Amino acid sequence: MSSVLQMVGETFREATRRKIFLIVPVMSLAFIAIYALGNYYAFRDSSGIIASVDRQALAGATLVGLSMFVSLFLGSALGIFLSFSLVRGDAEVGTLQQLVVRPLARRGVLIGRFLGASLVCTSYVMIMYGISVLVTGLMGQWWPKPLLAPGITLASGVNVVIALTLLGSCFFTALSNGIIMFMIYGAALLAGLLAQLGNALNSTGLETTARVVSRLLPFEALYQAALDELTAGTTGFARVIVQLGPLGGAEPGGAGLNLYVVAYVAAVLWIAVRLFERRDL
Amino acid sequence: MIETTKVLPRVLEARAVTKTYRSTQAVDGVDLDISPGELVGLLGPNGAGKSTFVKIACGLVRPSTGSLSVCQAPAGSVSARRSIGYLAELFRFPPWLRADEVMALHQRLSGSDGGAEERMRLLDRVGLAGVSTRRIDAMSKGMQQRLGLAQSLIGDPRLLLLDEPTSALDPAGRRLVRELLIELRNAGVSVLLNSHLLTEIEPICDRVLILVKGKVLASGSPAEMTAGDGVEIETEAGLRIFPGVSKQEVPALVSKLIAEGRSIYSVTPGRQTLEQIYLDAVKGEMG
Repeated sequence: MSSVLQMVGETFREATRRKIFLIVPVMSLAFIAIYALGNYYAFRDSSGIIASVDRQALAGATLVGLSMFVSLFLGSALGIFLSFSLVRGDAEVGTLQQLVVRPLARRGVLIGRFLGASLVCTSYVMIMYGISVLVTGLMGQWWPKPLLAPGITLASGVNVVIALTLLGSCFFTALSNGIIMFMIYGAALLAGLLAQLGNALNSTGLETTARVVSRLLPFEALYQAALDELTAGTTGFARVIVQLGPLGGAEPGGAGLNLYVVAYVAAVLWIAVRLFERRDL
Repeated sequence: MIETTKVLPRVLEARAVTKTYRSTQAVDGVDLDISPGELVGLLGPNGAGKSTFVKIACGLVRPSTGSLSVCQAPAGSVSARRSIGYLAELFRFPPWLRADEVMALHQRLSGSDGGAEERMRLLDRVGLAGVSTRRIDAMSKGMQQRLGLAQSLIGDPRLLLLDEPTSALDPAGRRLVRELLIELRNAGVSVLLNSHLLTEIEPICDRVLILVKGKVLASGSPAEMTAGDGVEIETEAGLRIFPGVSKQEVPALVSKLIAEGRSIYSVTPGRQTLEQIYLDAVKGEMG
């Protein structure tokens, strides 16, 4: 347990001290500024929408949905950068050997890194979600119902990305792993868009493909579930439009998805730990 | 009165250790014992298996066959890792940390309760006391190597495993390492030192092993290994070498030379350099 806590602490330190991570607050501030501007114009100009549609809900949910997409992407990028080099990458440059010859369990190193990265990235996504909701609520008087559930569901998606990245670090060098993880992220995004297209075209083939991919890479399923929770309080035509989503449609998740994700992350980490423990460094 | 000799337990015991990577035999049946306070040098060309052997001792690499224990515990076990200090040939500390933070991190990981006093003492010992707050990315390679050496001493290890610890050091730094190793040996710390620098190994090591293609080709104390046959006698005519002359034959030889009217200035046993022995061993094996 002590080694886990040590590694959690070191991951926090890395996240706050590495120069590359300075880009995260800069990018986040830039995004929030653009987001606030977007809210201003969206709510000011939403009068053109047909009267039978809840204009505030349509603009508000769409904007927060967009923000959730960006938040998940930035949080996932942060998670990838915090974990992509842990095993093979750090071993190649000689960082890892000096740590693991100390009397701490390798599994503690890996689990500690996961928990540290998870705390950093989950907090980041929750903060970004909170700021987006606040900006939209204050500028457009639209608040999601429920307020917190979409953010929590969204933030849990980064844990899937981090677990997959740690597993990838057992096989690939840091650079290769980083590229592969971003490609996987892109593939999941594509699956979400395919689901949207399948829904619009009523194509069961597309929808099934998208569903399979979203189960293989469940951060996409969590994003869709978060969008569904975001629009839970919206009714009528506005709900239908918002559920289609700008970047992947909403799909209900529920307890089944949550249990699946917990089991998925646990299984991925278990495989990563087994590989790490057996690896010659 | 019965006199008893207390045999100190070995700090490192390796028995028929092998390591195979696919078709490459990196380590091939190495036996090695290291006693408390013994300084053992491991020599060999690149790819001889020196680093792999040290990594097996650290628990970073698992042997294919054979056994290796450190302080009576299997290599790689938590108990064994509590007893060692290690500096890898290629290492990098997180560049965003300061020297003192690297030391503090390793204190926490090793469970050392030495606190700030231990950190400053060790940094001072390697000549880094004045740069304890400097970030790693602002340190030269030599300074980082000194820091690596300091971190390897955290928690007073019983066995120090050093893989090319002077590769980035200037002559002053190399002398510092030599002095430090002698100091540690005198304090009862055992050291396994990997180095390409024969001049570094010869004067300080109690024992030397020459490893080629994973096998121990020669071992012994530097004095034993470099002792050659023959004798060198300096006379007014210059230095003459008498090969094949045993120790017992030297007085007769000297008497004969004096009888011939020679003036004898010095008589020294013929010696080979460690470098010559190393090169002969390597040449013979590498073809």
